[in-house]
Amino acid sequence: MTAAPLLATRNLRKHFSLRGGLLHRVQAVVQAVDGVSFEVHAGETLGIVGESGCGKSTTARLLMRLVTPDAGDVVFDGAPVGRPGGLGLRDLRRQMQMVFQDSYASLNPRLPAAMSIAYGPLVHGVPRSSALKRAAGLLEAVGLRPELFANRYPHELSGGQRQRINIARALALEPRLLILDEAVSALDRSIGAQVLNVLIDLKRRFNLTYVFISHDLDVVQFVSDRVMVMYLGKVVEIGPVEEVYGHPRHPYTRALLSAMPSMDPDHRIQQAPLGGDPPNPINPPSGCRFRTRCAFAEDVCARREPPLGGVPGPLTVRGGLTPPSCSPAHDAACHMLVPGSGHTRAA
Amino acid sequence: MSAVVSVRDLAIRFVMRERTVHAVNGVSFDLVPGEVLGILGESGSGKSVTLRALMGLLPRRYTRIDGQVRVAGRDVRALSDVELADVRGRQVAMIFQEPMTTLDPVFTIGEQIVEAVVRHEHVSPRAARARALELRELVQIPSPERRLKTYPHEMSGGMRQRAMIAIALSCRPAVLLADEPTTALDVSVQIQILLLLRQLQRELGMAVIFVTHDVGVAVEIADSLAVMYAGRLVETGPTRAVIRSPRHPYTQGLLASTVRGATRGQILEAIPGLPPDLGEPAVGCSFAPRCRHAETRCAVTAPAEHVVAPDHVVRCIRAADGSLPA
Amino acid sequence: MATTPADGALPLLLPDEALARARAGNSYWKNVWERLREDKVTIAVTLVLLAIILLAVFAPLVVWHDPLVGSAFTRLKPIGTERHWLGTDEVGRDLWARMVYGGRLSLLCGVLPVFLALLAGGSLGILAGFTGGFLNSAIMRSMDVLYAFPSILLAIAICGILGSGLGNTILALTVTFIPPMVRISESVTAQVRSLDFVEAARASGSRTLPLLRYHVLNNVLGPILVFAASLISISMILAAGLSFLGLGATPPHPEWGLMLNNLRPAIWVAPMTAALPGVMIFLTSMSFNLMSDGLRQAMDVRL
Repeated sequence: MTAAPLLATRNLRKHFSLRGGLLHRVQAVVQAVDGVSFEVHAGETLGIVGESGCGKSTTARLLMRLVTPDAGDVVFDGAPVGRPGGLGLRDLRRQMQMVFQDSYASLNPRLPAAMSIAYGPLVHGVPRSSALKRAAGLLEAVGLRPELFANRYPHELSGGQRQRINIARALALEPRLLILDEAVSALDRSIGAQVLNVLIDLKRRFNLTYVFISHDLDVVQFVSDRVMVMYLGKVVEIGPVEEVYGHPRHPYTRALLSAMPSMDPDHRIQQAPLGGDPPNPINPPSGCRFRTRCAFAEDVCARREPPLGGVPGPLTVRGGLTPPSCSPAHDAACHMLVPGSGHTRAA
Repeated sequence: MSAVVSVRDLAIRFVMRERTVHAVNGVSFDLVPGEVLGILGESGSGKSVTLRALMGLLPRRYTRIDGQVRVAGRDVRALSDVELADVRGRQVAMIFQEPMTTLDPVFTIGEQIVEAVVRHEHVSPRAARARALELRELVQIPSPERRLKTYPHEMSGGMRQRAMIAIALSCRPAVLLADEPTTALDVSVQIQILLLLRQLQRELGMAVIFVTHDVGVAVEIADSLAVMYAGRLVETGPTRAVIRSPRHPYTQGLLASTVRGATRGQILEAIPGLPPDLGEPAVGCSFAPRCRHAETRCAVTAPAEHVVAPDHVVRCIRAADGSLPA
Repeated sequence: MATTPADGALPLLLPDEALARARAGNSYWKNVWERLREDKVTIAVTLVLLAIILLAVFAPLVVWHDPLVGSAFTRLKPIGTERHWLGTDEVGRDLWARMVYGGRLSLLCGVLPVFLALLAGGSLGILAGFTGGFLNSAIMRSMDVLYAFPSILLAIAICGILGSGLGNTILALTVTFIPPMVRISESVTAQVRSLDFVEAARASGSRTLPLLRYHVLNNVLGPILVFAASLISISMILAAGLSFLGLGATPPHPEWGLMLNNLRPAIWVAPMTAALPGVMIFLTSMSFNLMSDGLRQAMDVRL
């Protein structure tokens, strides 16, 4: 049976203007997120990967409405966000929360851990004692003994402990969806592994849905059910994680996956799969934004933007907010996959 | 072949007003010309401190160093500042994690390379400029940037890292020290830099010490690995040996907590607990509180080096007497 | 393992004292207090200030002459005279009494304007720093206009317009100090506002008032208070200067600046006596300065 997605976005767009000069005029526009559409189903983990400048962090902030989109819709559990008659921001934030990358900067250095956690419920009207009790319960849930950690200040904690407190803080409002923006990237591997374990456990316990953003392809593969690959503000590939990692269709995804260190001393990488640097989102290339680094680029790639379409194979249902799909689709945005696009390699 | 870097029983303490930090506790290793040694460790393991000690870059005021450090045949600890300045750049060069903070923002890349060349090779500025151009070609900075006078802030992260490598190599040093140079880079750029370093190392025959916390990167670049924990080398050996058959519980834990290949949704084998507080000198094995194979004797006796296979050395009492479960 | 691995679940048992300390939590202000306790200079200076303040507060108890009553027979008596242990001034008034009562006025002129400027300027600055955008620009640019004047000139100008007298002095000084207070409050608040934890608090659906109360105020008050403490010494000197110029306290009120002016002709005759008010101004404002410095250093804890 099909279920409506818990979170759906359509054509999200956010451009930042860079102002400068004498009269503060707009000198350049950073096209951070440009027409991003995807869905997140209840109970799954959607991973979002990409390199710097791809727009994944901006997307996270757009979802949380910490930044207002220039265009596009966000629909949470069927209710449009920020529209009259839809979901208000305060209500949205009770259902969707975020964990940031910098564990130290995310905590108020003047508040003890329990207060940081209890703050959310407090401002939503929960009486102080219940809020603190909830905080103690959450400390326990993330693996920190309340009697030891409730009154500690951020500077007395290690990076992993702080990140657990951030997670507890995010869960204090009993949200249904958690956005994790590079939540373990700043931690040492062994500590990050501990925190990942906490996240896995909490997801099961509290029936959560995760959007997991990271530049670390390994971690995303481990944690996610579906994964979305972003490049320069666009979605280039999205699908079940085994599909995308096992049979990547977009040239960028393929290059990215083969750029990962091999972990095998006998089979080291001999050639860089991708040359150059991730370009600047200020003046993205016309048409397909990846064409400047793509080995298969042709004229059509400069003229038209490839649509995010179904990958030919057993599952050929288009993605986006159109007809609900029975099984998750594997979509990629590349002219080579669109029959009749004009690309010599298209079917 | 004589070692180009030789470190014996290096111990480094930072003595400050509020507390003392025992950053390095008895590190010994040798590096022969043409070898790439990877030092693998997490934050607080002392790997960056060790690297800086090789160039005498630690602040004199509160650093206490014991042990022997010989680089390119000279005792680094005995050198004066003037002599050190001669050795740095000439025989030993270093590249860092964040090029934006190590490159001078008010000079172009070309000028910075010329400065290094003129200082050490005592040639005319014109010859130095020619060499600078040659170097930028060597590190594969593409044509437009090569010709134009580019400033660090005009370049991307990968370009800046290449520029830093060019400066480091400008005087053909015998030893290159690399302190997490790819950590701040995107994965597609990281592999480009690693390949570049591999190629340059082969062409110039340098000895390289590459410090990193990333197992994958270490595997890609290093011929031999030294795993560092709480200021000690707990396992050293050829990369193949250490990765395929790790003998120290910390190395095993580190490799197991690498997410690659783990089953999705299942709890990872994470190493429990936290790295030790380096405020006290280590008694016994520093890893014992977190080690699942620890026994009471581990917290009491400091483990000595035990040779497991040719060149493969482990510091673990239980590995030494074979009582470690597989 | 099916259960969540607990951090700190080591096979070691924590000793009771460590456990108790761990429960207590080492807050930022506790850290600051501990650092202050070890700073001998700041302690010494604070004790000196405390002594001066206590003397000023309990003036009637420590003084046995009327500071306003003089006698032509006892003019300019030197230090150590019987019954006038600090001597007398040019009109015969007891200098000790004048110094102590003068302390009241001088301290008042030092502390009150800064306190008022803190209230007014601090709120404006926090508002500007927190809201940003047009309101910020409006407030900050207005302050810039006032800032263009050097503080002493501004104070003189305002006093000149309003006339002399203690009340006007305090008003003038308050107005002079509002722009710097606004500037520092705005700067600190803007910094704090961009920090992740404030964004996280907003992301939890918090309204502005609790956000300010729990997350902004406790992070900005520290630097603002330190800055205010450093302004006190400037305020005292400015007040003394205004009185010296005749724009501040009016005779016969004892005020150190005024006394300095009145005793100026006596400098060749009774130099120690003439220097006394100046010494007190110097001592008190230096002490405030050093104290605020010590406070700033103690608060600059790299946590």
